[in-house]
Amino acid sequence: MVMRIHFPNSAFLGNFEAFIRQFDTESPEELVITANKNWISVHPVVLTMVAALGQSAHFKRIRCEPFEAKSRHYFERMGLFKFLTIESGITMTEHDSTGRFIPITQIKDSESLSKFITEMIPLLHLAPAHAEPIRYVLSELVRNVIEHSMSESGAFVAAQYYKKSNAIRIGITDTGVGIRNSITHSHYAPDDLAALKLALTPGITGTTTREGGTEFNAGAGLFFTKSIATVNRDFFAIYSGTALYKLLKSKATKRISLHADPFEDRHSKLSDLPYWQGTAVGIDLLLDENAAFSELLERIRETYRDAVRARRLNKHRRPKFS
Amino acid sequence: MTTINIFKEAGEFAENKDVARKIRTEVLIPALQDGGEIIFDFSHVTGTTQSFIHALISDLFRKFGSQVLERLDFKNCSDTTRKIISIVCDYMQESE
Repeated sequence: MVMRIHFPNSAFLGNFEAFIRQFDTESPEELVITANKNWISVHPVVLTMVAALGQSAHFKRIRCEPFEAKSRHYFERMGLFKFLTIESGITMTEHDSTGRFIPITQIKDSESLSKFITEMIPLLHLAPAHAEPIRYVLSELVRNVIEHSMSESGAFVAAQYYKKSNAIRIGITDTGVGIRNSITHSHYAPDDLAALKLALTPGITGTTTREGGTEFNAGAGLFFTKSIATVNRDFFAIYSGTALYKLLKSKATKRISLHADPFEDRHSKLSDLPYWQGTAVGIDLLLDENAAFSELLERIRETYRDAVRARRLNKHRRPKFS
Repeated sequence: MTTINIFKEAGEFAENKDVARKIRTEVLIPALQDGGEIIFDFSHVTGTTQSFIHALISDLFRKFGSQVLERLDFKNCSDTTRKIISIVCDYMQESE
C-alpha cells in the first residue's frame, strides 16, 4: 500500500481539512510525496506532520518527487528533507534564521524542551509581551506529547513569522497513541471528536477521573492554549484520529468569551477524516492583538473555576421527592 | 522556614514539571510534614506555566488541605505568575 501526500499551492489552518482529506492512511508501507510545481506555501503544522511521518518507523520506503516550485528552498531550510531522510538536491546558502522561523525540531524529552524554549524562542525576535504566550503554548503542547502520546519519536515542532499578516504560526505534531487512546484511560469517549471535546475542557485529563487531576496533571494545557487563540481571534486546530476541531477566526468588533465547552466557541468540526495516528496541533497568533497575557489569565481563572464548580454541582446527589 | 529560589531551580521561564515534582517531593512535603513554612521566591522568573505550578503545589492541597496556604508565601511574583498561582489555588480548593 502507498500513502500519498501532495503539498498543494497553499495549505494553512483556514483550509487545513482540504490538505488532510487527501491522506490515504490505510496500512501504508510506502510514503510518496509530491508537490505543486509552481509555488508551495504551507503552515508549519503541515511541515511537522510530514516530518513526523518521515520519522515514523511505519514506512519501508519514502519517495519524494523533486520539488520544482520557486519556494522549494524554504522546505530545505526548514529541514523537511532531513526528516524524510531524502537528499533534496536543492542547494542554497544557509541564512541566519533570526526573526523569521524555527525550523522543524524534534523534541523527545523534558530537558530538550527546556533547552528548545531557551534557545529557539529568541530566534523569533519577539517583544516580551508577544514571546510570553508563544513560549507558554509551546511548553504546554510539547509537554503533552512527552507525557501522554507514548510516541518514541516525540514531538515535531516548527514556527514561522509572517510579516504581511504580522502573525506567528506554530505547528506541533506527534505520531503517538492519539487523544482518544489517552483520554479514555479515565473518561468515556465514544469517538475521536468526543475525545477532542473532553481534552479541550478544563480539568479533564486522561490520567484520572478525580476533579483537580493528579499531583502531576490537571488537564488544563489544551484549554489554556485554546483560550490564548480565542483571545487572539485567530485559528487553532487540533487533529487526532479521524477528528478535527478548529477554532475559527473572530472579528475584532465582537466581544470575546471563553468557554469551558469547546463546542460553545465559534468552531468547525469534522469526524470523518483519514485516520491520523497521533495528534497534530496548529495555532496562529496575530501579533497585532494586544490583549495582555495577565488579563487573559484572569478570564481563564473565572472560566476554569466555574467549570469545576459546575461539574461538582452536577455530581451532587439530589433529594427524592414523591 | 524553607526558601525555594525558583529561578535557581527552574530558570527564567519556570516550566519544567520534573523540576517542580523534585522540589515538591524532596523539599516541600518533608518541610511541611515537619510543621515548617515555605517561601517561594520568584525573583527573576519572568513567567511560568499552569502545569509547573500544578506539579509544584497541587499535591500540598491534597496532603495538608487548603489551610496549607497559611504556610506558603509566594514572593516577588510577576503579574502573570501571580495569576497562574491563583488559578491553581482556586481549582484545587474547588476540587476539595
